[in-house]
Formats: sequence, structure tokens, C-alpha cells
Amino acid sequence: MAMSEQEVFEKVQEVLEDALGVDEDEVTPQAKLEADLGAESIDYLDIVFRLEKAFPGIKIEQGELFPESVLNDPQYVDDGKITDAGMAELKTRLPHAELGELDASRDVEDFSNVFTVDLLVKFVMDKVNA
Amino acid sequence: MRWIWIDRILELKRRERCVALKNVSAAEDVLADHFPATADRKAAPVLPNPLIIEGMAQTAGILVGHANDFQEKVILAKIAKAVFHAAARPGFTIRYTATIDSFAASGASTSGVAELIDPHTGRTTPLADIALMFSHIDHNMAGLEFPEHNFVFTSQFMDLIDQPHLREG
Repeated sequence: MAMSEQEVFEKVQEVLEDALGVDEDEVTPQAKLEADLGAESIDYLDIVFRLEKAFPGIKIEQGELFPESVLNDPQYVDDGKITDAGMAELKTRLPHAELGELDASRDVEDFSNVFTVDLLVKFVMDKVNA
Repeated sequence: MRWIWIDRILELKRRERCVALKNVSAAEDVLADHFPATADRKAAPVLPNPLIIEGMAQTAGILVGHANDFQEKVILAKIAKAVFHAAARPGFTIRYTATIDSFAASGASTSGVAELIDPHTGRTTPLADIALMFSHIDHNMAGLEFPEHNFVFTSQFMDLIDQPHLREG
């Protein structure tokens, strides 16, 4: 059965409240997982596990939602800056991400800002309505 | 140093659950400091709650390690939940039951229940609910190198598991 964006958002909101110990009103679509909600690296695995339980039937492979391996690839990162090939790879791997600011700074440190609640919702929408 | 906070494993079912016991003893040094007597209060020895979490982490960590025959280095990465209902005093036994919620190449999540058993009455009461996340560190620490030998599962743990009643048929 198809789910609406609002239905998906509400479930994602619950997942993030449980995984990150944040309040419902903090989990806005624009909230950044790390900068605003305090997520750390292990929380990404926790979020993936919880999403798979909250949306039965979906399967999220390692690196699919959070393709951090791209940033460990010398082909894509040079001296802390994301290369053109790296940006192209991220655009392919994260079709719903807003990459404008990252494209401007190219700083690896800014990569986590890409992960917003809205990006999670769109990622899950693709999965549940596939 | 003996850093082992479970005494005996009762059950170990692959990728499902692990059940362990811990006897709380007044002979354990930590109880002398937690909490000593003060001018207006007598001593109140209880096993500190962080060590109850550690006991669950060891129980659940063995369960997660056993899933891949202890080939992975399993590190406690997150305490997702720890709610306590009672205090663990000397002379009581803690029973830890850990179950796997999710399992992936990079790590696992577990749920656990700790119960307090009174050996005198046989009565069992809830002690804590503890949910944990474990990381398989060789899959997650890009660029960092760890020793090849599995420093997580030392002989202290393997001896607990190497028991006739735990061998798989």
C-alpha cells in the first residue's frame, strides 16, 4: 500500500526520537542529523535498523543511505576536498540530497550537513513506494 | 585485571539469545565504595548500575560474537536504553537475557532484560531493561588498523562458553 509523505515523516520522526533521544518538535524536515540532532557515527546504523523495523519489507544495504565510503576513496577526495568525480558520485548515490552548499565548499567536514530529516523521508518514500 | 561481570552462561542460541547469571557478592571491592557509610547513614552496598549494563554488554556481546564464530571484534558502541527498576544487593543473583534485534555486516542491536533472583525465596523481580548497539569495528573504522588477534573475546569469555551444555549438536 502506498504511503503518503506525511505518514512516512511521522514514522521517521518516531525513529529519530528513539534513536537519538530527541523530542518530536526538534525533528523538523530541515533538521540536520548531526548538527541539529546530535547524531554520531554509530547512530546511522541504529537509524537503519530502526527504519527497517518501522517500515516492514524495506531492506537498506550498508552504505546505501549513508555512503560514507565515498569519502574514504582517494578517487573522490583530495586533501580534504571532494573532487568533481566525488560530487558526481554523491549525486548518483543521493539523488534527493541538496548538494548545493557542499558543492560550493567541497569540504569533507560539511558532508554530514547533507543528511537532513527530509532526505531520510524521501529515501524511505522511494523504498516503500517502489 | 579480571573484567568479567557474568559468572555463568546458561543458554546460548545462535543469533537468537544468550542467558547469563551473575552473583552479587559483598566480597567485590566495588561494593565497599558504592555506597560506604556516612555520618548519618549506614553502608548501602549495591552493584553499580553501569556494571549491570556491562554485564548485559558482555552477555549480549557474546551473543553477537557467537553469530560469526567470534571472527568479528565486537565493541559496545551505544547504550540505546537503560531503565532500572531495582537495586542489586549482595546475596542476590542477576539473570541477564539478551536477544538480537537486528544484525548486519557492520554491527548489531540487542534488547535485554535483567532480573533479580532471590536465592532464598526463589522469587524473581525485574531489575533493568537494557538495549545496546554493537559495532564490528573492522568494518567501520576506515583507515584505522586493529591487531589481527581478537582482543575482545579473551580466554575469560571463551572459557565461559566452552561448556558441555552449550555445545551445539
